[in-house]
Amino acid sequence: MPIPSEKSEDECLLEVKNLTTRFDTEEGLVHAVNDVSYCLDEGETLGVVGESGCGKSVHALSIMRLIPIPPGRIEKGEVLLSGDNLLDKSEEEMRFVRGAQIAMIFQDPMTSLNPVRTVGYQIMEALKHHLEMNDREARERTAELLAMVGIPEAAQRVDDYPHQFSGGMRQRAMIAMALSCYPKILIADEPTTALDVTIQAQIVELVKRLQDQLGMSVIWITHDLGVVAGMAQRVNVMYAGSLIETGSVKKIYGETRHPYTLGLLSSLPRLDEVSRSKLISIEGEPPDLVDLQPGCQFYERCKFAVERCRYETPILESINNGHSVACWEKERVRKEQ
Amino acid sequence: MTSNEEVILKVEHLKKYFPIRRGVFRRHVGDVKAVDDVNFEVYRGETLGLVGESGCGKTTTGRTIIRIYNATAGEVIFKDKDMTKIKGRELRQTRRKVQMIFQDPYASLNPRMNVERIVSEPLEIYNTVPRKERKERVGELLNMVGLNPALMSRYPHEFSGGQRQRIGLARSLALNPELVICDEPISALDVSIQAQVVNLLEALQEELGLTYIFIAHDLSMVRHISKRVAVMYLGKIVELTDRKSLYENPLHPYTKALLSAIPVPDPVVEENRQRILIEGDLPSPANPPVGCNFNTRCPLAVEQCYQEEPAYIEVEPGHYCACHLVQPGSAVEGWT
Repeated sequence: MPIPSEKSEDECLLEVKNLTTRFDTEEGLVHAVNDVSYCLDEGETLGVVGESGCGKSVHALSIMRLIPIPPGRIEKGEVLLSGDNLLDKSEEEMRFVRGAQIAMIFQDPMTSLNPVRTVGYQIMEALKHHLEMNDREARERTAELLAMVGIPEAAQRVDDYPHQFSGGMRQRAMIAMALSCYPKILIADEPTTALDVTIQAQIVELVKRLQDQLGMSVIWITHDLGVVAGMAQRVNVMYAGSLIETGSVKKIYGETRHPYTLGLLSSLPRLDEVSRSKLISIEGEPPDLVDLQPGCQFYERCKFAVERCRYETPILESINNGHSVACWEKERVRKEQ
Repeated sequence: MTSNEEVILKVEHLKKYFPIRRGVFRRHVGDVKAVDDVNFEVYRGETLGLVGESGCGKTTTGRTIIRIYNATAGEVIFKDKDMTKIKGRELRQTRRKVQMIFQDPYASLNPRMNVERIVSEPLEIYNTVPRKERKERVGELLNMVGLNPALMSRYPHEFSGGQRQRIGLARSLALNPELVICDEPISALDVSIQAQVVNLLEALQEELGLTYIFIAHDLSMVRHISKRVAVMYLGKIVELTDRKSLYENPLHPYTKALLSAIPVPDPVVEENRQRILIEGDLPSPANPPVGCNFNTRCPLAVEQCYQEEPAYIEVEPGHYCACHLVQPGSAVEGWT
């Protein structure tokens, strides 16, 4: 179901406009996120795909205002949550956005829970802060939440410490914590990368089910194009800090227009196909984000590159129906496909 | 698999138990059965994939073969020599022919050595190449793995993950091995770099006639590179077959569930896919379930599965499986 992104502004739940985040480091200025703009609709699942260092996590942390300042800074842009710019909010006001309106789960369920507090305590903390529950109410609600995410004997396990949970259970507990206050948006930053595939499948199913139940929007950040294909409606592909292609999941996988997206897809072996003799790899490596050259960042690795790509940064242009791509040679990519 | 192909490695009833010790006297109270009665053969020139989830014993199997760990029981026959029994000079000479590449390209290279020293260390230890010619040989090896020999004086931190994995590969090829055990060589790398390394491994195999044991948790990549695939669960091989029938005709319920858990990068396929979700987590290998290992998570388990351990049998020619419900001539019905 292609969802056009060119809706009128007031219709989207979260709008990111020209978001630019940089870090001052000893090596120089790191251009982590460059001019990223997109729109997240209500109830939608948006996949954000890219390799390590492409800025997908930093962009999410920027939305949540969790970037350490300094060395980081959000140079420009707006993050509009139902029209309200989060970047203008005070730290105090943000405390009522995080958890209550936008919640986040992280890659490593081992380190994102506090090891010296019980799992129940950590979930109850949010309930007391945002929903002003008393101890007994919070405890009951916590048991319900743990049961909702599929933890057996939830009422007894409220008092367990994180080390008594397995990796998959910890990620379930994190999801329970994130959803405890019915956020409008759940940002999941590589939530299944540290888990085994059978556990990953369980977590994906869980998030899909909860999304249907609670009607929230999900931003699912991952490097795994497979997971996104099965759960997202729309996909953003990022490379070297920039958004290079965005569109409905079917367009991105079926009518790919950016050479990088195309390269990623063809470098993956697929279980359901007759084996190819050779994988088509993308040669070279992603650029250093410290000294970004002008022009297209993918220039040096691109099979389609022409002289123009070297000097002129391609602009994200709409092709049709919410499918946009930042490539000067998109016509040639289309013909070749 | 035809019988006239040369068996280069034969693993028979291999076991590796790690003792659990408790108390002041370090009393032996139990074992972690990391590898528990594993049998397989590797033919010259092929790639055997070894897949499974974390904690299934795939890495321990690899390490026991090369004798980083001493086996608790069983035999590892590499070209007529039992790797678990030989000692001293004989072990050194045999081990040369079996090399390993490791998962973590950051931890497996000594940060204080430059590339030249890293790659020439095996040559030095075995003294296969005269001192004067070592540098040349290192250059040759680096060329072979697609690195510029001019970078030989640099240190590991100056390289990216993919390049470091190439350095590790050059080191493992230095002694002209016949068998290379690749222990998750690509899991730490980015998607676009993974394909580069896999292509390189395949090209080298063709060029040098190498045999690989490819250990990984990524079933789609294992299927791509392997000729035959062994699926491990909790210290045991549950199914072993060629890559074609693994996907088209998986027999063991665990293999089926594992295959169905792997996402396919195609939204049209994903939309119409029936998923088999297996419940729960992997049991602890220190305290495995009685009967079949998989009975705690298996949707098809019957009475027998809780009492007897299923035998690992050849169900079809070249297709091995350990499941009570899979007998020669009778495939599991019900779900695929």
